[in-house]
Amino acid sequence: MPDLSRLDPLKPVLPWLLLALGLVAPFALSAYDLNLLARFMAMGILALGLVLIWGHGGILSLGQGVFFGLGGYAIALHMKLADLPSGEIPDFMVWSGRDSLPFWWIPFSSPAFTIAAILIVPTLVGALFSWAVFHRRVGGTYFALITQALALAFSTLIISRQDVTGGFNGLTDFYSVFGFGLSSPGTGSGLYWVTLVVLCIAFVALRWLLASRFGILLRAARDGENRVRFLGYSPTPFKVVAFAIAAMLAGIGGALFTLHAGVVSPALIGVVPSIEMVVWVAIGGRYSLAGAIVGALLVNLARDAVSSAFPELWLYLMGVLFIFVVTLLPRGLAGLVQGKAA
Amino acid sequence: MSGSAVSDLLLSVDGVTIDYSGFKALDNFSMTLNRGETRVVIGPNGAGKSTLCDTIIGRVRPSQGRVLFKGEEIQRLPEQQIVARGICRKFQAPGVLPTLSVRDNLGLAARKDRRWWKSFGAGIPADEKRAVEEALESVGLTHRAGVEAGTLAHGEKQWLEIAMVMATGAELLLLDEPTAGMGPAETSRTAQLILGLGDSRTVLVIDHDMSFVEQLAAPVTVMHQGKFLKQGSIAEVRADAEVAAVYLGHTA
Repeated sequence: MPDLSRLDPLKPVLPWLLLALGLVAPFALSAYDLNLLARFMAMGILALGLVLIWGHGGILSLGQGVFFGLGGYAIALHMKLADLPSGEIPDFMVWSGRDSLPFWWIPFSSPAFTIAAILIVPTLVGALFSWAVFHRRVGGTYFALITQALALAFSTLIISRQDVTGGFNGLTDFYSVFGFGLSSPGTGSGLYWVTLVVLCIAFVALRWLLASRFGILLRAARDGENRVRFLGYSPTPFKVVAFAIAAMLAGIGGALFTLHAGVVSPALIGVVPSIEMVVWVAIGGRYSLAGAIVGALLVNLARDAVSSAFPELWLYLMGVLFIFVVTLLPRGLAGLVQGKAA
Repeated sequence: MSGSAVSDLLLSVDGVTIDYSGFKALDNFSMTLNRGETRVVIGPNGAGKSTLCDTIIGRVRPSQGRVLFKGEEIQRLPEQQIVARGICRKFQAPGVLPTLSVRDNLGLAARKDRRWWKSFGAGIPADEKRAVEEALESVGLTHRAGVEAGTLAHGEKQWLEIAMVMATGAELLLLDEPTAGMGPAETSRTAQLILGLGDSRTVLVIDHDMSFVEQLAAPVTVMHQGKFLKQGSIAEVRADAEVAAVYLGHTA
């Protein structure tokens, strides 16, 4: 590899550069492009969680789509209910022959409950799931396979319960959120700002977390779980907390994505999208928070450009890109900028 | 092992058998360690020396027998609880954490409060900081404190791990082949390091290197096929015909 150390000065500048671009974008982009960017930024929030668990924790999850979906469906349930005249149920339920709301839909008519659910449900599911696996000292490839199975089971469950989940088509046709009409341009740019702020908060919080003793121990457990255990630490809670935080970020990202995209469906959260999420981070750089955001933005931009011109080509291209990065740039694009893992 | 020294008794391995589906790595093995003692365990390959460490630290579980530390049974406790009671082990292959700095390696070891919810912060208590600096100095790695532990030379890694084990503040240190892969000068220095601990720690050392064992000038326990064979000074053990037959490989 050529000597790239002269690029090191870029390292501390990159997050600021991204922030500057994020601040300028609403004034430079069309409403359509801004919406696209906001979607990718929502995915970037999920990508930050993968840096925490995969880059620094050594925990490869091929099931982040599940948590993305939990957040996405939570906000979608709320919007479906908010748009309904009182006493009615969503049209797809009528078509499936239901005459009443399932009981677990009902609390989602409350905005407060919905926001709490977006924050808590993915976190709790992530914590319980990872605890169940990690406390049995299952890890590595086995854990990755179990998360993939989880993604498959979750998307299959949604498809099979069409009468209450909207099935394969997912949930769409949203008109308002928390009283704001989704078709008005002000709501679009407002949601963009919300997404940017959440992304920044997540970035700063994770940066702090990774520099704290928690981050040090997470890396220690990644490199030598037994050594950590025989220094008197129980690595399991550290890994579970990291996984729960990543699940929470995925859920928040999923909810914001659903707001921007106006749809949530199994095709966005199943096995293949879950793997794509890992590819963003591999390409951007799994040890670098800024790198993961760049990866999520660039890969999705490329996906958008390529798949609109050559729909069949995208999966192949992504595969090639993935192999290229994994073999030649193990630290991803961020590795070109950074001298060391941080 | 006089009966009057009961209060000095720190560790007692009592009739322990480790059975790997028929193969007995430890076979009704017993030994005791007093506070402040340094003991060397020797024996031919496969004698069960590392298994003894594994048993004390909770990596393997005995099918029979007990391990008593400060008079309490520990053979069923999870590893981290055994460590919390004051036992720490250096593994045979250097077990440093490669992507952490040397100082962070020692910082993790010196940390008193190891509960996860106390880990959200970067501040290090003054006494832990001091313990880290002392540990760095004792193994001569102060000038290397900021480098990634993975980039250290082999001998330096061994010393770092010894320093980590010491920095935990454990009363009983298990050092499994601390001089593996070291040259004579490094070996001498390691012996000085262990001797420098004085009476403040109890140390169980496993090693093959007889010159190292001689420098430690500590009582020796000889193991053979998972069983206790002999105990005595290095000179006594050397002169013993039975030990010579199984281990030293020449006739007495």
